[in-house]
Amino acid sequence: MSEKYELNKNLAQMLKGGVIMDVSTPEQARIAEGAGACAVMALERIPADIRAAGGVSRMSDPKLIKEIQGAVSIPVMAKVRIGHFMEARILQAIEIDYIDESEVLSPTDEYHIDKREFAVPFVCGAKNLGEALRRIQEGASMIRTKGEAGTGDVVQAVRHMRQMMGEIRALTVKSKDELYDAAKQLAVPFALVEYVAENGRLPVVMFSAGGVATPADAALMMHLGAEGVFVGSGIFKSGDPQKRAAAIVQAVANYNDAKLLAEISENLGEAMVGINEHEIQVLMAERGI
Amino acid sequence: MKIGVLALQGAFAEHVQMLKSLGVEAVEIRQRRDFVPDMRGVILPGGESTVMGMLLHKLGLFEPLRKALVAGLPAFGTCAGLILMAKESEDSPRRHLCVLDVTLRRHGFGRQINSFKTEGEFAGCGQIPLVFIRGPYITGVGAGVEVLASAKNRIVAVRQKNLLGTAFHPELTPDSRVHEYFLNMCSGAG
Repeated sequence: MSEKYELNKNLAQMLKGGVIMDVSTPEQARIAEGAGACAVMALERIPADIRAAGGVSRMSDPKLIKEIQGAVSIPVMAKVRIGHFMEARILQAIEIDYIDESEVLSPTDEYHIDKREFAVPFVCGAKNLGEALRRIQEGASMIRTKGEAGTGDVVQAVRHMRQMMGEIRALTVKSKDELYDAAKQLAVPFALVEYVAENGRLPVVMFSAGGVATPADAALMMHLGAEGVFVGSGIFKSGDPQKRAAAIVQAVANYNDAKLLAEISENLGEAMVGINEHEIQVLMAERGI
Repeated sequence: MKIGVLALQGAFAEHVQMLKSLGVEAVEIRQRRDFVPDMRGVILPGGESTVMGMLLHKLGLFEPLRKALVAGLPAFGTCAGLILMAKESEDSPRRHLCVLDVTLRRHGFGRQINSFKTEGEFAGCGQIPLVFIRGPYITGVGAGVEVLASAKNRIVAVRQKNLLGTAFHPELTPDSRVHEYFLNMCSGAG
């Protein structure tokens, strides 16, 4: 692997134990940074609003992203459509710290971006081990389980994390001859399967995303195997974004201490209303597999 | 020997792993109650200094940690950990523990696209790998601060009595010499 790829995986290591927050203005970015975000995702509309608006959803205006870069000192990420390598080149040109090739935007292509062509790092969504390893093979240096963005319902984040961790654990007890077949079933190179089997984890950092709305949700995802969480609509669609954001940051840092979680969950104001599973019209997680 | 590793956010697991490989007991500090007196030293890892700074205050760790460092507890800060210890930052109004008499530029080496790896001489230990991830560099040092390493003509490692700070990440490489240097400080040997 190239030195650049190692450095890009290293940045994800620095984000571990942290919360990456969706922001759509420089002011929101400052609030997120002040509340303890380890990075922000700059986008014109947060996923809940993308859902509500419908239509084609694209990369955000570079001007907005640059304003957000100017507003905070933490890493700034931004989303491109699946397969849209020109949007990715544009983000690289403005020196974005991380590109999210995201199912939350409208997909552009059957193929994902060849991420090895880029100097800046990519994070990609996955709802199972096969998707994760295919994205890593394409050059992703960080994975987030997909969940279902903009719903405020953690059920799908849980489902995808359980699926991922279950598949990883299953590989660790397979014999070598069984691993060859696992690589075939997963449609990924054997070397990646072998790595997961030997180490009991992905070769890159894995966060949880898509539906986290409360400190308890965030702590739950950490227990299930996440190394950090993305919170999108859950913060700026809630009654008191600053307070909720800081509470979620603390919940991730001390996810094992239920007493402390009880204290920080107090009096956070209204959580985002959310959408139940059977009410969802567009399943974003089905995009890009 | 027991060494504490601040485990609020960032790459603390990598430091714990490195300490274990050197046969040292590593204890994660997530709360006030984890910060116990029998620690011989403490590591402040890489990550985001704004996150760790905020959590140090929220969890009541800030003052106990600051007092311990002032009183002479050996501490090793990498990247964000160095920023937490520094007295001055040229490009940010944020201050944290303010115990290490240096001025730095928090993102002196630029954004992620400028992150780099090189090699350099460290404190008489020979050439070591230097990994910089959105790293800071030091622009000024006070009296009593020893410069231990430079990269691209910038100061990237310093020591002031019990405090060791590096702008790079030795915990991301298999080379353990910087950690061994710190453990010598903790055991009173160096």
